[in-house]
Amino acid sequence: MGKYIIKRLISLFFVILGVVFIIYLIFYLLPGDVTQFILGVNYTPEGAARLREELGLNRPFIVQFFGYIGNLLHGDFGVSYLSGAPVSLQLFARFPRTLLLVACSMALCVAISVPMGVYCAVHPKSILSDLMQFLCSVGIAMPSFWLALLLMLLFSVRLEWLPALGSVSLKGIILPCVTLCASFLASTMRMMRSSMLETLNQDYIRTARAKGVGRRGVIYRHALKNSLLPVVTMVGMNVGTQMGGSILTESVFSYQGIGLMLMDSIFSRDIPSVLGCIVLMALSIGVVNLLVDILMLYIDPRIKASITKGA
Amino acid sequence: MDKEQNNVLLEVEDLHVSFATPVGQVNAVNGISYTLHRHEVMGIVGESGSGKTVEALTIMGLLGTNATVDSGSIRFDGQELLEKSEKDYVTFRGKEVGMIFQNPMTSLNPVYTIGRQLTEALTVHDKGITKKQAQARAIEMLTHVGITQPEKRMKQYPFELSGGMRQRVMIAMGIICHPKLLIADEPTTALDVTIQAQILDLIKKVQQETGMAVIFITHNLGVVADICDSVTVMYAGHIVEQGSARDIFYHTKHPYTQGLLRSTPSIDPDNNERLIPIPGEPVNLLALPDGCPFARRCTQCMEKCLAEKPPKTEFSPGHIAYCWLYGEGKEDGTHG
Repeated sequence: MGKYIIKRLISLFFVILGVVFIIYLIFYLLPGDVTQFILGVNYTPEGAARLREELGLNRPFIVQFFGYIGNLLHGDFGVSYLSGAPVSLQLFARFPRTLLLVACSMALCVAISVPMGVYCAVHPKSILSDLMQFLCSVGIAMPSFWLALLLMLLFSVRLEWLPALGSVSLKGIILPCVTLCASFLASTMRMMRSSMLETLNQDYIRTARAKGVGRRGVIYRHALKNSLLPVVTMVGMNVGTQMGGSILTESVFSYQGIGLMLMDSIFSRDIPSVLGCIVLMALSIGVVNLLVDILMLYIDPRIKASITKGA
Repeated sequence: MDKEQNNVLLEVEDLHVSFATPVGQVNAVNGISYTLHRHEVMGIVGESGSGKTVEALTIMGLLGTNATVDSGSIRFDGQELLEKSEKDYVTFRGKEVGMIFQNPMTSLNPVYTIGRQLTEALTVHDKGITKKQAQARAIEMLTHVGITQPEKRMKQYPFELSGGMRQRVMIAMGIICHPKLLIADEPTTALDVTIQAQILDLIKKVQQETGMAVIFITHNLGVVADICDSVTVMYAGHIVEQGSARDIFYHTKHPYTQGLLRSTPSIDPDNNERLIPIPGEPVNLLALPDGCPFARRCTQCMEKCLAEKPPKTEFSPGHIAYCWLYGEGKEDGTHG
């Protein structure tokens, strides 16, 4: 088990290395001169040359890349071209906010979609389950920026219950969280429903009923654990998509998270900040996926057995 | 008479079960009746689709939502089962009637240990039982069904056990509450031949020790000869012949039963008889014929067989067959 986690962490390191390499290469190959962005109106050819030397942009690509990786291993994300401050300062101020946003929206998504999926599977012919499925389809069809604006209009402008833009209070997280969650509700709920329906047709469910387990016991003790497997996998993968989705959501709400920072840095060609954001996002996606896989081991003993045999 | 009535455990009368499917109503069980006494082992024999499993699931109240019991009655130990609500059934299943299924590989929940699944069968019926007592009972049951190192097996998951062992666990689970009746639905079909014999011996042994009644559903007449007191032969949801095992094997009356016997391989090396398959296809349950359901495949079919349901003929007490060959107004001559 420990061996398995170490193995996974090592492979995670190489994944991050690959991600950084690709991003670094893209920025290297991108046309346009970074110094022009930094110097702006103060641009002179001499100044640009000096700056290029200072930033080490004259070095060969491979040297630059490994230099960056080396610094990264020391926790040094470089210095922002825009502000001149260390990138890590801004990252660590903003990253927890995005983490909180994504975690809240995942939790909200699971808390709503799992019970709904179970309900729809157990009561396939009820009007309520038809209604839920309809609402989920609406949720998936609605672009998140539009939903965000509607929510703002209702809760911030009309009702004045919640702040609309750029709030750092805990209240400010509610609307972004709901927006981010909406697009994942439908798929998670449907996965839960179909997985539950399939599980309820299994032979071992009939066995459980034959030995006298009641309806609740059959659904919650015997079927739920088995049918959660594909749902947990999907939720884990959704974390990555949600991280990406946070860029849009944070921009709409001016939510001061890492998504908004990434957006701003891309526009201003602030390469160290972009890289920092992406490294942190990739790292958190990797860690979440690892956590999900460990959770799976506890749900399904067969997976655990195959791993201990393999390791 | 009173004593006889007391001795009856299960009485099925004129049971009809059908399934609603997209192509129409499938008539799976069409008016079967039988009586099972306490301590009796009855075999229900028939080919796939003859309604034997559906009949058993009806007793257990485990039919799917697309199935309906159209008419009939099932009396078990004085209670009418078809009037039971799902809530009443929960306390009935497992406690009064245990059931074991065809495929032990998929019949145990993969994410729980053997121990947890066994003790659950106890705790759902006896809320007062302590965890320790339940565990002790489960270990005792595992030993009883011939599982070695029961303490270790309790902590294992189904995927760590072989098919034969899983079927032993299923048997232990089926009888852990001392039911009055055990329904075994083709319990050996999915197993190796050597394991089949072991499981049969086990069921026989358990039956003799506990004295419970057993309904043994199978398509294998050899198995029936080995363990059953009485036999019911089913075809297309109808009973075609019923009697003691001796009657069925030595005084076979119905052409379908005769056909089944002829198509059963013999292990006797001097026996060079060819296996004779029953010609034709099983009957379409969507549109049952007016006459005898077996008529179209029967080598002794008469005109009457195609037109009218055959009457019941009793040859000796308990030995009955539904066939025009023995009915009143028997015709001369055969028609293909």
